[in-house]
Amino acid sequence: MAYEMYQEQILDHYKHPRNYGDMPDADLQATDNNPLCGDQLTIFLKVGDDRKIADVKFNGIGCAISRASASLLTMRLKGKTVEEARKIDKEDVLKALGIPLGPVRLKCALLSLQVLKKALFSKEMAESIGDTTAG
Amino acid sequence: MKRDETMDRTRRAFDVANIRKDFPILTKRVHGKPLVYLDNAATSQKPRQVIEAESRFYTETNANVHRAIYELGEEATREYEEAREKVASLINARSPSEIAFTKGATEAINVVAYGWGIKGKVAKGDGIVLTVMEHHSNQVPWFFVQDQVGAKLSWIDVDDEGLLKMDQLDKLIDERVKLVAVTQCSNVLGTINPVKEIAKKAHEVDALCLVDAAQSVPHMPVDVQSIDCDLMAFSGHKMLGPTGIGVLYGKEKVLAEIEPMIGGGEMINEVHLGSAKWADVPYKFEGGTPNMAGAVGLGAAVDYLSALGMDNVRKHDIELVKYALEVLHGIKGVTTYGPEDMKHRGGIVSFNVEGVHAHDVASILDAEGVAVRSGHHCAQPLMERYKIPATARASFYVYNTKEEIDCLAKGIRKVQEVFG
Repeated sequence: MAYEMYQEQILDHYKHPRNYGDMPDADLQATDNNPLCGDQLTIFLKVGDDRKIADVKFNGIGCAISRASASLLTMRLKGKTVEEARKIDKEDVLKALGIPLGPVRLKCALLSLQVLKKALFSKEMAESIGDTTAG
Repeated sequence: MKRDETMDRTRRAFDVANIRKDFPILTKRVHGKPLVYLDNAATSQKPRQVIEAESRFYTETNANVHRAIYELGEEATREYEEAREKVASLINARSPSEIAFTKGATEAINVVAYGWGIKGKVAKGDGIVLTVMEHHSNQVPWFFVQDQVGAKLSWIDVDDEGLLKMDQLDKLIDERVKLVAVTQCSNVLGTINPVKEIAKKAHEVDALCLVDAAQSVPHMPVDVQSIDCDLMAFSGHKMLGPTGIGVLYGKEKVLAEIEPMIGGGEMINEVHLGSAKWADVPYKFEGGTPNMAGAVGLGAAVDYLSALGMDNVRKHDIELVKYALEVLHGIKGVTTYGPEDMKHRGGIVSFNVEGVHAHDVASILDAEGVAVRSGHHCAQPLMERYKIPATARASFYVYNTKEEIDCLAKGIRKVQEVFG
């Protein structure tokens, strides 16, 4: 299974992660970790007045699967409205990765989605878009 | 194990090829490759002698211990108590009553943290000294004591080579310290700590010394009287024994002062409505029907190790870890952690491959049939100390060979190819 896991796309996104870095002026950010691995991931978001995600960055420590997954996920975010982004689910993330994953590595693959949801459903996000249902 | 079989094994001495025949799982193939099992610090494999002893208990001897007065119950009790005697003799305890069976090392430490720390022997401001290399099982229970009664925790640091900074001991151990709890062998660095010296320092201020021996009792001769520690914890499953059985050793007068954590059957002398008197040590720590088959299996594991000779087990570990370090040092981009001097080194090698996360190292090694652990190894404070998120870890035991270390090296080169 391992060699199927490390396909070109995964290695490319691991070595050259897209949207990797810091965002000091982010509208909101969220961090979470994978307690099994000690891995940590932060996602930064900038949201426009049109409730569209204007910019996104991520950073942290993680394995190839976790970092590639974050890189692929952030690529899909720009231009999406908060509502659209909130609808991204597990299946979308796994489809983008396109590799077979066991239950342990699944946690690595889904860390970025977990952090994204934390940001998108945070109280700060609800306030910034005037949403009273979330938070 | 039958006595004559034990004798036979002693005569055969330490022959790895023969030892391997005793472990059914070692013939297994993973991903089409022979299994190279190098995760012994997490759990060891089991020889058929242990598997059969446990199975034989259920087939021939099963009845509740210390309760039934019929013959079968007597037999079960005898076997259970024999296992206690074997464990006592392995670590040179003064008497089997110094051995309480627990679920594992973690539970043993929790029993002390609760029954001694929280139940009145530690007061606000009293000190508990640990080290930064402790496994979470020898950290978190003391956080409970800190949070419940206001104990003050402090930690002995390690140097860059992975040795304890012993000069900190005098600064940290003062009159307010009630306990020094330290691992005898680090599950990450493989460092073997001078526990005898630490116990002596603890006793100078009338503090107790607890030794986490989860990585040492399975791998080297351990003599509790020589170390003179007051308490010791270890697990059966890391020493060829079954899961779910472990040991809390304690000097009798120390165990007597620890309140039981689990109330129920077996742990009482008398019960009235609303009050009870605890049984004597060690039974007051064994509330509920104990893991009888597990204890019997552990007894068989002790027989197996004793027949090999703990000196020989230690020698074999040294031979393997020395070879592994040599081989890994020869691969560019590989960093190893822990002491280089075999005097202070158990059979554990943590390492990282430059530019590759430990999980990815372990995944690719897995594809080659090599099982190593990756992550923080339940020692996050130590990872923080070295400013690394994770390591891969190879850990050895009696059935491992140099050829298997060559497989590890080959696997690491594969990792570098994939990520190159």
